[in-house]
Amino acid sequence: MKKFLEGSWAIAEAAKLCRPGVISAYPITPQTHIVEHLAQFVADGEIDAEAINVESEQSAASVVLGSQNAGVRSFSATSSQGLFLMAEVLFNIAGMRLPIMLVCANRAISAPINIWNDQQDSISLRDSGWIQLYAENNQEAVDLMIAGYKIAEDSKIMLPIMVCIDGFILTHGMETTDMPSQEEVDKFLPKYNPPFKLDVNNPMSFGLLGDPSVYTEARFSVQKTFDDVIPMINKVGKEFQSAFKRDSVRLVEEYKTDDAEVVLVTMGSLCGTIKDAIDAQRANGKKVGLLKVVAYRPFPKAAIAQGLKSAKFVGIIDKNISLGSDGALYTEVKSLLNDSNKQISGFIAGLGGRDITITTINNIIDLTEKEENHCKFVDVKKELLWEEFHAS
Amino acid sequence: MPADREHFAENLFVSGHTACSGCGQSLAARLVMNVAGPNTMVANATGCLEVFSTKAPETAWGVPWIHSLFENASAVASGIEAALKHTGQIDKVRVIAQGGDGGTADIGLQALSGMLERGHDILYICYDNEAYMNTGIQRSGLTPFDAHTTTSPAGKQSTGNPTVKKPLVEICAAHHIPYAATASVGYPQDVQKKVKKALDIRGPKFLQIHVPCPLGWRSDPAATLEIAKLAVQTALYPIVEYEYGKLVKVMKIASLKPVVEYLKLQGRFKHLFKNEEELKKVGAVAEKNCEYYGLK
Repeated sequence: MKKFLEGSWAIAEAAKLCRPGVISAYPITPQTHIVEHLAQFVADGEIDAEAINVESEQSAASVVLGSQNAGVRSFSATSSQGLFLMAEVLFNIAGMRLPIMLVCANRAISAPINIWNDQQDSISLRDSGWIQLYAENNQEAVDLMIAGYKIAEDSKIMLPIMVCIDGFILTHGMETTDMPSQEEVDKFLPKYNPPFKLDVNNPMSFGLLGDPSVYTEARFSVQKTFDDVIPMINKVGKEFQSAFKRDSVRLVEEYKTDDAEVVLVTMGSLCGTIKDAIDAQRANGKKVGLLKVVAYRPFPKAAIAQGLKSAKFVGIIDKNISLGSDGALYTEVKSLLNDSNKQISGFIAGLGGRDITITTINNIIDLTEKEENHCKFVDVKKELLWEEFHAS
Repeated sequence: MPADREHFAENLFVSGHTACSGCGQSLAARLVMNVAGPNTMVANATGCLEVFSTKAPETAWGVPWIHSLFENASAVASGIEAALKHTGQIDKVRVIAQGGDGGTADIGLQALSGMLERGHDILYICYDNEAYMNTGIQRSGLTPFDAHTTTSPAGKQSTGNPTVKKPLVEICAAHHIPYAATASVGYPQDVQKKVKKALDIRGPKFLQIHVPCPLGWRSDPAATLEIAKLAVQTALYPIVEYEYGKLVKVMKIASLKPVVEYLKLQGRFKHLFKNEEELKKVGAVAEKNCEYYGLK
């Protein structure tokens, strides 16, 4: 049923529809509304779950690690500093092959302390062994969550999944969202039935010491599984489309790329702004397109190469930066297309909630066509920089 | 019982692990597990016990057992307990979280406090061997006064660890949980009585067991139990029980022994025997314990 909902409400309702038995989270802006809504669902008896109010994100992640290992579907959500406090546990969860879902309401990282949106938090956890999917809008967030559990919990996968949602822009934005019914979700998403769990009738030990004779193989097997996640996203995406009539569960989305000479590449809510900019530019006869990356882990190399096939100029926009190097998405796309004769540029934009307007996008399109740019910060206020301070 | 589980028929924590000879912790773990029984799930912090008992692909544990990280055993156990509630098993299955003194009193203290405060039905066991032994004998918040460790070494200007033990059992009791107690592996029946008592109570419980470490304490592996008993008999390790925040019982010391009888058996206190003044200070710690807990 279509409803006009705040993003956090839609996300909380999507979590509820997936019937997690244990929910644990710790408050942090801009994720808070999600757990507040879930707490209310539990308080009102609308969901049969244990909600554990912990004393830190470190413990939130540890609680869901314990509950999921005991065989119960579990859910958590966080942002920014909270995600970083979880970091040690998140790597551990992936190594222990626990298909937990975590919603990351993307937010900038301190210092300076900043509660607004960019994607530095989840991008910094890209090596953790979690599947990472980025939503463009609230509808996609809901869809990726429902499909996400099915992808993660498949016995061939058994990896955790992070659904990344731009903080404030989506979490606090009101949008019309088509919420599936409980019956529809129950039909689509099977009960969680892990092959191994803590069970007094079949006692097993988990989290053993892996010395040099076995550690490499444990890591190798996670990497091998990521190869299987790519077809699994496609498979579950097709099942999702036939069940819910939406094609939102996919590796990438190609927007007007067929004949495009300039193609921008990015992730998350920025794609909506870019689509508007593209429509306006196309009305003026300019062949521009967008490749939206939904799955960042696993990194869908073939789908990205396919989407950029016709492009002469590629502009990659990162809402993050690997300080001392480049934007994360730029680095990987550039490495993928290294042998091509395309002109590939990388832009850093939207850090700490700085607005990315259609004017900014038009400027990026011009720069992409004009020359090759590396790690080009857009909209930098020179008057705030140290050099300018000394020069004045 | 299936053939591959026959070795768990008598004990749920079995030999074959790689603990040092004379390890007090491995002995205490066996005492605990034999009382806890098969309907128990264990969440273990990183540390000696985890490392020496579960090197892949082997395990010494006959019950469902999980190790995640160093500081989060209490939170992992909280999640297990929540899952048991959700699946309706909480009345049949007991949950134990356990770790060493560093994993409990230092890096894991916040998660432990959260677990106690939230009222989970979990018994937390701290195996207190008074230093970070797994990483090579570094001081923890539970290292005793004047003990030599690799990060509180005795030297020309140092007499070893400058602080007394953190009052961990009181910190736990201050959460007004149903049960918080100390025990010593030197008194195995007392350990087992307390584990049984704790597991019969619904809600959060805490038990701190003194477990000598021959490697870290520089002591004779054959003297582990003797040393453990002497710690109690010299009043350097008070054996106490709290219920809902109140001290309800202490193990009285019939004839208090001088602290040197305990100290002289351990290389970690060797430097004190050239220093009368410091020996007196250790004696004062014992006297204070006697007075504070009413041990005599």
